[in-house]
Amino acid sequence: MPALRPENLEEVREAVRAYPRLRARGGGTKPALSTPREGEALLDLSRLRGLLAYEPEEFVFTAFAGTPVAEVEEALRAHGQYLPFHPPLAGKGATLGGTVAAGLSGPLRHRFGGLRDFLLGVRFVDGEGRVVRGGGKVVKNAAGFPFHRLMVGSLGAFGVMVELSFKVFPRPRTTRTLRVRRENLEEALADLERLRLLPLDLLALDLVPPATLELRLGGFERSVEARLKRLQDLLGEGEVLAEDEAHWEAVRDLGFLEGSPIWVKVPAKPHLIPELEGLPLGPRRYLDGGEVLYAGATEEGLKALKEAGLPHLVLRGAETPLFPEPQGAFFAGVKKALDPKGRFPLG
Amino acid sequence: MGFLEELKALLPGRVLTGEAELAPYESDALTAYRKRPLAVALPERKEEVLGVVRLCHRYGVPFVARGSGTSLSGGSLPVEGGVVIALNRMNRILRLDPKARIAVVEPGVVNLKVSQEAAPFGLYYAPDPSSQPISTLGGNVAFNSGGAHCLKYGMTANHVLGLEVVTPTGEVVRLGGESLEGVGPDLHGFFVGTEGLLGVAVEITLRLLPRPEAYHTVLAAYPSLEAAGEAVSRVIRAGLLPGAMEIMDRLSIEAAEKAVRAGYPPVEGLLIVELEGPKEEVAEEAQVLEGVLRESGALELRVARDEAERQAIWKGRKAAFSAVGRLSPDYLVQDGVVPRSRLGEALREIQRLSREYGLRVANVFHAGDGNLHPLVLYDGKKPGELERAEALAGEILRLCVRLGGSLTGEHGIGVEKKGYMPEMFSPEDLLAMEEVKRALDPKGLANRGKVLPEVVRAGA
Repeated sequence: MPALRPENLEEVREAVRAYPRLRARGGGTKPALSTPREGEALLDLSRLRGLLAYEPEEFVFTAFAGTPVAEVEEALRAHGQYLPFHPPLAGKGATLGGTVAAGLSGPLRHRFGGLRDFLLGVRFVDGEGRVVRGGGKVVKNAAGFPFHRLMVGSLGAFGVMVELSFKVFPRPRTTRTLRVRRENLEEALADLERLRLLPLDLLALDLVPPATLELRLGGFERSVEARLKRLQDLLGEGEVLAEDEAHWEAVRDLGFLEGSPIWVKVPAKPHLIPELEGLPLGPRRYLDGGEVLYAGATEEGLKALKEAGLPHLVLRGAETPLFPEPQGAFFAGVKKALDPKGRFPLG
Repeated sequence: MGFLEELKALLPGRVLTGEAELAPYESDALTAYRKRPLAVALPERKEEVLGVVRLCHRYGVPFVARGSGTSLSGGSLPVEGGVVIALNRMNRILRLDPKARIAVVEPGVVNLKVSQEAAPFGLYYAPDPSSQPISTLGGNVAFNSGGAHCLKYGMTANHVLGLEVVTPTGEVVRLGGESLEGVGPDLHGFFVGTEGLLGVAVEITLRLLPRPEAYHTVLAAYPSLEAAGEAVSRVIRAGLLPGAMEIMDRLSIEAAEKAVRAGYPPVEGLLIVELEGPKEEVAEEAQVLEGVLRESGALELRVARDEAERQAIWKGRKAAFSAVGRLSPDYLVQDGVVPRSRLGEALREIQRLSREYGLRVANVFHAGDGNLHPLVLYDGKKPGELERAEALAGEILRLCVRLGGSLTGEHGIGVEKKGYMPEMFSPEDLLAMEEVKRALDPKGLANRGKVLPEVVRAGA
């Protein structure tokens, strides 16, 4: 099958109309999702890139879906802004479209929310080659069916995203990171649960098994120092990371999964962590106060997740990335409406 | 047995059909529109909602789900000859799990009740539409309701983690889950804001947030609306992210003063800015904010020193809509959105339109979100005045779209604004919505006649 490399909306439409089965790829950082299977044409969106509009004062930008996250972040940084959901794998070349299609957020999602909280609008080409817009370019909008939110985690099943609009926020002036180690998982979980209920505005709250917590604070320098002190009074001195930026960039690039054959994302919740910790998983980290797990695994670990009935998404290293596949009349109806010929595989 | 008999058998004693019983359900908060339903069904459990929807599907009877009827866009207006499924009796909080930071609720639960129940745990439910003491979460989900805090916290869609939905063909589906992160398409996110066209939510899982530790609330008075709007831009440029920024014009200030005596100064524009967060951070931000507002040409700055003063500042703003009602026998409230930097332009144009149409327009708005609420005052007893008010409101909607905004920030399209959908969406956009509706609701029964303009169907 040929690789198609559209450079504009019209070429995406042509490609969709010309091929019975297509798989989109942006930066290729999540190969389990973007590697074409038998009979699928590869729709490489890496040329569909660039910022289309960015007005710092609006807290909004619009860009082509194939734009690397890193490129956008550079433009935002110049105006003291950032994407608070901290898209993973940005340092490896992840694109906006791939991030939305996979539905991924990084450790900083803890403070202001995840990808779904920051995506404002989309223009996509559906399975019939029609250009459809959902949402808009303003931070508050309740008009029409919200097709943009449908794209989050969709793995491209409803169409090829062409343009995306996001909300952004002012970047914290200073950050500090505290790492505390506990005797065992129970103690670490007890602290995690306590921290989840406190109004401390933590940027990140991660649990690194077996029993380490990592907390990141951001804001005005004096306020960050004062809050760090409060946290230390609460949790003990711990270790304050001198240079924390590099550390968290490595985390969001999922550096801790390097070396694992399979990379998997698992929706979690603190009360699920003991069960998850009983499974044969490799290196791993719970983000956002225990709401999501990114883990390295082998086939054995993947099998264990399935047998436990735990939904998950494989980013790398497996043939069928999504478990379970969406069922039911609602998914079927939306899929039938937007992709009646079944051009777009789901995972 | 016919449809009504079967319905009555399904909900014994809980089907209203009498003239006087139906009257309260003929309209919602958009009282300019009225329709007489065939019957009102009062289910108490989700299985009963399912039963009613299945019955409607079998007989081809249209239905409208409804909570407290606070929709300002006619979203819960009945369909002539259809059934109203009134969900107020399904008002239980099924589970409030502070450790998981979630609440699982029935659709008839009133918004404010969730925060009240969560308060002892230091948690709250963030979306706070002005109707929160009365509007229900089922309605909030249908319309993706907003409020004053959307810039920082997002709208209802951002706070819904999972849904159980009865589809228009009478199937029960679970969308989403309980975690903040999911895998697979965000179907629950998509359902929120579809205004009841794709089914009825019978169970809603909400995310709860820790209540902010500290607030810092400032009232700033300006000699013009533009100056108040410019101050908002200055706050943003300073890198601050307030929880809320609200503006009121002279007419709404006067109305609010008459109604609740909040002690507002009589000026052209009032700005309320509220910072919230950990006390140390709020203290630092407050210093920056004070500097920004001092340089913004404010005639007066008033900082709330305690919770009572904070509530006093908010009192007038919260009463503004109903207070404006005292100035005029009737009013239409609009809900357009413009990019924040175009607020000044939008307001000038609204003032011009107000003069052109000879109707007063009061402005209250969520300035941080660019969400305008022009209240078009009219007297329904004067011939032609309603039509003139509607025409003026329509001009304002077009203006918002032209400036790069939206037809609605939080009230939804309903029946009121569906005619303007083609101003914002292309035929292909509308067709996609129509196709999704048709695939999930082939008989077109769920909230028929709302959101989608008739022209699409005709053109398809």
